Amino acid sequence: MQYIQQRGSLRNSILLLPRYFICIVAAFFVLIPIVTVFLGSFKTNAELTSSPFSLPTTWHWENYSSILLQGSFWQSVGDSVITTLATVALLLLLACPISFIFARVPFRGREVIFNIVLFGLLFPITMAILPLYITLRNLLLVDTLLGVILPQVAFGLPTTILILRNFFQDIPRELEDATYVDGGSQIDFFLRVLLPLALPSLAVISMLAMVASWNNFLLPLLVLNSPQLWTLPLQIMQFQGEHSTDWALIMSFVSITIIPAIIFYLCAERYLIAGLTTGAVKG
Amino acid sequence: MQLTSSHPLEKAEASARPPTSSQRRSVGRLWMILLFLLPGFLLYAVLVLLPVVQAAYYSLFRWSGLGPLTEFYGLKNYVLAVTDNVFLKAFSNNLIILVLSLLIQLPFALMLALTIGKDLPGRTIFRTIFFLPFILSDVVTGVIWTFIYRPEGGLLNTTLQSLFPGYQLQLWLADPKMVLGCIFLVMLWKYFGLHLVLYVAAIQNIPDEIVDAARIDGSSPLQVVRYITIPLMSSTIRLSIFLSALGSLQYFDLVWVMTMGGPVHASETMATYLLQYGFRSFQMGYGSAIGVIMFATSFVFALMYQRLIMRRDLAGSLPEG
Repeated sequence: MQYIQQRGSLRNSILLLPRYFICIVAAFFVLIPIVTVFLGSFKTNAELTSSPFSLPTTWHWENYSSILLQGSFWQSVGDSVITTLATVALLLLLACPISFIFARVPFRGREVIFNIVLFGLLFPITMAILPLYITLRNLLLVDTLLGVILPQVAFGLPTTILILRNFFQDIPRELEDATYVDGGSQIDFFLRVLLPLALPSLAVISMLAMVASWNNFLLPLLVLNSPQLWTLPLQIMQFQGEHSTDWALIMSFVSITIIPAIIFYLCAERYLIAGLTTGAVKG
Repeated sequence: MQLTSSHPLEKAEASARPPTSSQRRSVGRLWMILLFLLPGFLLYAVLVLLPVVQAAYYSLFRWSGLGPLTEFYGLKNYVLAVTDNVFLKAFSNNLIILVLSLLIQLPFALMLALTIGKDLPGRTIFRTIFFLPFILSDVVTGVIWTFIYRPEGGLLNTTLQSLFPGYQLQLWLADPKMVLGCIFLVMLWKYFGLHLVLYVAAIQNIPDEIVDAARIDGSSPLQVVRYITIPLMSSTIRLSIFLSALGSLQYFDLVWVMTMGGPVHASETMATYLLQYGFRSFQMGYGSAIGVIMFATSFVFALMYQRLIMRRDLAGSLPEG
């Protein structure tokens, strides 16, 4: 038995080499585009074409300073931040109470309403984008940040409610009874017991919603016309169109926008992956 | 089709609760339900349900998006769509992307996940790297890859030129024959990490004892993978096929950023086609019909897939009514 285990572990450690080899080659191909963009952002256009993979011979910081000094860049950062924070805040504000009702407050017809909400999982925003645009136009929301925020929240509700409802259902009944024994109401239970317990789930949901909102392209593209409202993805598109030949400058712009995204990802990775794998993997 | 049934606990709870129900209390409860439910539900109804119903309605008219709906068209928009070569091209492009995703992207992610396995030292670093492209926006991804595919001075041509002397420069995204494959490669780069993360999580969930037992019985590592790991991951694999297929049918962002469906509609998808007709040429009725077709395709696929393949998996997670 010991012999088998030893032989097994020896075989395992020999197998480690090809496994590392495969992973490193794959990692290499994943990282190349990002690393070249980053290095390219410090090069001149001539150097970018002649030796795309090498380190820059001299590190040019001018591109960065010229972008960081542009008002339009900071304007888009501001628009993206406002849109994202408002989306996450409103999503939580609306989804938590609904999920609470669906999980804990039975009444006639509740399951029908819940199924209507779940029905939304089947609709991609692309399918209904034309009527949605007309609805937004009728509500005078075209060309406002609210016109991006509200649909993002609305289309985010079904998934969020599904996750939160399952979580709320799993909280033991005894905790709820204890609140009533202490003279609290159902609202007390929701605000003082359930929500604090749900903080980790709320963090996961917020981060997924943040990434989705920050990266959203279709809605801002259609809703936002005025340049001063453009979120970062629109600004990048515009910038690429304007400087279509100056690739070093475009790379600087791209780098400036992906560095914070990568830092955020490294900090929030655990939550993001937990959020995406919940439900996909049955334990 | 009822997706859920009420939790058994709740039925017990309704009768077990001490009868404190004074009239005042139940009125307060009604108010709470309304207060909690209505704001979110209204937003959902106005911005999700209503547009979906409107899409079906508009699709029966010829309409520019302004003024009243007067020109009733019946199903003519649908007939126009299915007889338009560009739409058929877009539709088949969606199917091609779907097939490529299932045949290349998912096996690639699965192979890498199995390589990482449960015990590779440093596996979280690899997971972090492989998942990284997924969190970048489609716009950033599209811009980066536009640079890579640029015919003159682009990364790919430059590299191939220095590796193989005498290499003929390729047009990549500007070549109608190649453009779809090029876009698929970018999708592979951006999205395989999502599937990998799902697979790795599924592998982590497989108990050590089962694998150990098989090893002691003399199974080779490949046999373990074939007869234990993959069967135990099957529900996750089926889900990832589902997600990947639905994503392929609705694909928009990357294509729009990189080619806008061009050159000469070679990379058009249903979603880019919808946008071209709905917004650029103000054919709201026709665009809505495309939306309905897109939805119907996804819906039929989802229904068939769930009926035929995912039934077992859903039986546990969503109680059937």
